[in-house]
Amino acid sequence: MRYFTGFLLLALLLGYRPGTAQPTRYQTRAGTVSFFSASPLEDIEARSQQLAAVLDTRTGQLAFSVPIRSFQFKRSLMQEHFNENYLESEKYPKATFSGRLVDWKPEMLAAAGAVPVVAEGDLTIHGVTRHLKVPGTLTPLTGQLLLNASFSVAPAEYNIDIPALVRDHIAKSVLVTVRLPCAPVAVATSASQP
Amino acid sequence: MRLLSTVGLGLLLALLLRVPARAQDSLLAELSRQLPDSASRAPVLATFKGTRIINGHSVETPGNGTLVFLISHRFGRLNSGAYNLFGLDQATIRLGLEYGLTERLAVGVGRSSVEKAYDGFVQYRALRQRPGSLPVSVTLLAGAAINTLRYSPTDDGFEHTFPRRLTYTWQALVARKFSPSLSVQLAPTVVHRNLVQENTDPQDVYALGFAGRQKFTKRMAFTWEYFYRLPGSRTAGLRDALGAGIDIETGGHVFQLHVTNANTMIAQQFIPTTSGRFFKGDLYFGFNVARNFTLKPGI
Repeated sequence: MRYFTGFLLLALLLGYRPGTAQPTRYQTRAGTVSFFSASPLEDIEARSQQLAAVLDTRTGQLAFSVPIRSFQFKRSLMQEHFNENYLESEKYPKATFSGRLVDWKPEMLAAAGAVPVVAEGDLTIHGVTRHLKVPGTLTPLTGQLLLNASFSVAPAEYNIDIPALVRDHIAKSVLVTVRLPCAPVAVATSASQP
Repeated sequence: MRLLSTVGLGLLLALLLRVPARAQDSLLAELSRQLPDSASRAPVLATFKGTRIINGHSVETPGNGTLVFLISHRFGRLNSGAYNLFGLDQATIRLGLEYGLTERLAVGVGRSSVEKAYDGFVQYRALRQRPGSLPVSVTLLAGAAINTLRYSPTDDGFEHTFPRRLTYTWQALVARKFSPSLSVQLAPTVVHRNLVQENTDPQDVYALGFAGRQKFTKRMAFTWEYFYRLPGSRTAGLRDALGAGIDIETGGHVFQLHVTNANTMIAQQFIPTTSGRFFKGDLYFGFNVARNFTLKPGI
């Protein structure tokens, strides 16, 4: 019995879990994030395809990160202003999210279609971190997990200062759409994490 | 064996307690560890506000598919007295169009009221400053201008044939953005003139341009530029071009207000022929207005 306990503990310490065969890490480096704001003068729209994300389907934990410089605008001058004056990408090169799926159960992966989920966590933009709760959907596809979410972000809440001269041209809140097609990654890397 | 179990249990407990506390952070940390740090390798943006500093070009080119309409205007001399309303009665003007064929390659045309000159140039961003790997941006520029004034044979004794009306500029613009607010540029320049007034005037004028920008708010900056003509390129009575001004940026416009001792706006003219004494009040108040049009949207 003692030997058995010892072996069991050893096995646990070495990271052995019966579920190891099932991938628990899903990841992408080419997620899409876009934002849109309508304003009287002209709509502002930008897109990045360099959103990196990782989802742990065992715990429901989720993180993503996007380089600010990767956002593409219709107008190159707008893109320059976005980086130089609004998001200050030299100082704050990334926007990140770190959180988890609320009430997550790994069985949700067995669903046939889109499952409604809620992500809760910290969104950091322009060096300002705010806690938020975002509804979205999770769709298990063959060999992939697709996470979709839309939420609105108010530039003012992230200390993004908009001068009086152009205040009327920029909407008070911006609709952000995130699309993460995550593929499974080998679990060995996650087991070795502390 | 009991010892082993106790230690094992302790470790297991520690493991169980540590995982939930750190998992959230470590997932994001793990993500950033895996990612190539593309953000810090991206070329430096917005070394200068526009494609011009005052009269001279900056390392900037219009972005890919962007057309810039440039209106440059210089009034008369400030010290010309109340009779001329301190220069406002006179003006020289240049209208220009510049287009970014790619992110790096741009072409431009313009027409100045001085000598009724038409000018054209090609600009190529050869190198772009990158944090940690490349300290400067370099843009190469080649331009030509043609004087289209009507001459009568008695004017100066020259026959103003087509080749004699041409002047050229070659320039290497080397700039460094030291901080988000401070940028400095060096511009070795050669101006070649096919026809000069006097036998003693140099046909090739070599100059070294110095320029800078210091932002004092996010959207306003102090700018200056100076073109030093090298010994051998200096003509008696003519001076180095010098200017100082401010850049004001609004949504789709850049306004540049300045005073210079030159009333011409292309290198072929202001480098070899500036005569104003800056510190004696021979100042021309002027402005550049740049309006950007997107012909080829980025997304």
